[in-house]
Amino acid sequence: MREITIPISAETIRDLHVGEAVRLTGVMMTGRDTVHKWMIETFIRKTRQPEGDDLKVYEAIRPILQDGIIYHCGPVVAGLENKAYRFTAAGPTTSIREEPYQAEVMSHFNSRGVIGKGGMGPKTLAGCREAPFVYLHAIGGAASYIAQSVKRVLEVYKLDFGVPEAMWVIEVKDFPAVVTMDAHGQSLHAVVSEQSKKVLEKLIQD
Amino acid sequence: MQDLTKAMIELIRRTSTDLPGDVVKRLQAALDKEEPGSAAHGALETILKNIELARENSTPICQDTGTPIFYVHYPEGWSTRRLKQQIRDAMEEATRLAYMRPNAVDAVYDRNSGNNLGGDDFPYIHFEEVDADQPLTIELMLKGGGCENVGAQYSLPNNELGAGRDLKGVRKVALDAVHKAQGNGCAPGVLGIAIGGDRGSSYYASKEVFFQKMDADSQDPTLARLEQQLTDEANQMGIGPMGFGGKSTVLGTKITGLHRLPASYFVSVSYMCWAYRRRKMTVSGDEIAYD
Repeated sequence: MREITIPISAETIRDLHVGEAVRLTGVMMTGRDTVHKWMIETFIRKTRQPEGDDLKVYEAIRPILQDGIIYHCGPVVAGLENKAYRFTAAGPTTSIREEPYQAEVMSHFNSRGVIGKGGMGPKTLAGCREAPFVYLHAIGGAASYIAQSVKRVLEVYKLDFGVPEAMWVIEVKDFPAVVTMDAHGQSLHAVVSEQSKKVLEKLIQD
Repeated sequence: MQDLTKAMIELIRRTSTDLPGDVVKRLQAALDKEEPGSAAHGALETILKNIELARENSTPICQDTGTPIFYVHYPEGWSTRRLKQQIRDAMEEATRLAYMRPNAVDAVYDRNSGNNLGGDDFPYIHFEEVDADQPLTIELMLKGGGCENVGAQYSLPNNELGAGRDLKGVRKVALDAVHKAQGNGCAPGVLGIAIGGDRGSSYYASKEVFFQKMDADSQDPTLARLEQQLTDEANQMGIGPMGFGGKSTVLGTKITGLHRLPASYFVSVSYMCWAYRRRKMTVSGDEIAYD
C-alpha cells in the first residue's frame, strides 16, 4: 500500500506501476462528461467563446488541477438546501466516455492523475506516458465506502450543470484506488481485454 | 384510496441503501473463489464492506441511483392516476432526502430537472391489473447507467460472430456482449436475456427478468440449462470483478423467450451491475410489508 499526497510530482508518478494499491490524501476535483466537454470546447480547442462565469471558474480550478487529480464522479450530495454540502455516496463513473478528451485535458492543466472505473483507451495511455500521469481505478459502486474518505467539500463550481456534473472540490484522506494504467505504457485493461478475447474466440468457434 | 406516499419513500430508501440478501450471498460466494491478496479479491472485499456501510448509514449503495423502474400490480378499484402521482411525490421527496441523486436530464436542452422527475416517463412506471382479492404490490428496480450502457441488442443471423437463428447463436452473442462490457458494467454482474420480440419489447423483457430472485432458474429446462452454461462460460473469460481479471465476471444469468416475427430474431442482453437494487412492497388492507 502506497500513501500519496496531492499535489503529486512527476517523479512520484513515474515511480507508480500497474497493480499497485494507493491511498490518496489532499485536495482533488470531480469532473465528468459535461466538465470535460466544457474544458475542451472553451479553453483547449476553443470552439466556443467563454461566457458567464467561465473565465472565473477556469482561473479558480487551474491551481487545483496543477499536479492534481480529476475524479470521474457524480456524487450524491446532502445539504443542498443550506449549502452545508456533504458527500453521502461518491463512487467512480465509467471513464471511457472521456477517452476523446482526457489526454488533452491532463496535459493542458498539468494534472497527474485521473480516478475512474473501467479504464481508458490507447489515446489516454499515450498521454499517461507523455505528461506523465496515471489512471487510478476506484471500486465501482462502492459509493458509501468511498464517501467516508471525503472529509470536506471545499467548493463547488458550475452547479448549474446539475449535481452529478458539477465540479466539486473535495478534501480526501486515504482515498483507496489501484493503478491500472501507468506512465510506462502498461494497461491492465488492455491485458484483460486481450486475454478474454482469446477465450471468447475459442468458446464461439464451431 | 390510501395515501401510500410515505410507504413509497421507504421502498425507495430500502432499494437504494439495502442490497437484497440473495445478491449479497452470491457476492460472498464470489469472494471465496478469488485469490486472497489479488485485485479481484480486494475489489469484492470493498464491495461487501460498502454494502454493509450503506445499510447501516442508510446512504446510497452506489452514487448512480439509476433509472427508477416501477412495476405496479394493482387489484381492480385502485386509481393508477393517483398511484402514479404518489410515486412521483415519493421520488421527489426521496431525492431531497439524498436517498436518490437527481438523475433526470433533459436530453435536448441538457438540463437536470433536480428532482428525478422528467416528462411523463421518468421515473418509468408499468401498471398491471390483478384480481380484486390480490394485494397491491409495487416493485422497484434501480438500474445504474454504467451497466445500462453496456447492454446490447443483436439481430440474428450475425455473420461476424457466426451466430445463427437458434440457441447456439444466442449463446454466441451473449458471450460477445459480456466480452465487450469488460469491467465497464461494474462486474461481477447479472445477465438478463430476452430472445425474440421486437426491438422494444425485447429490451423491456430483458430487464423484467431482474425482478426475479437470483436462485429462481427458468421454468423451461432448455433455458435453465442455457442460463447455467452462459454463467459458467462467461466466467471462463477471466474478466473478473471491475475488469481486474479474476474468476467472477457474472453472478448469474436469466433468460426469457418471446414470440417474434418470422423475419426478425432479436437477442437483447441487459447487464445488471453487482449493485443489483430491487425491492418489493406488498399492501394488504392497512398492512404494508417489504421484502
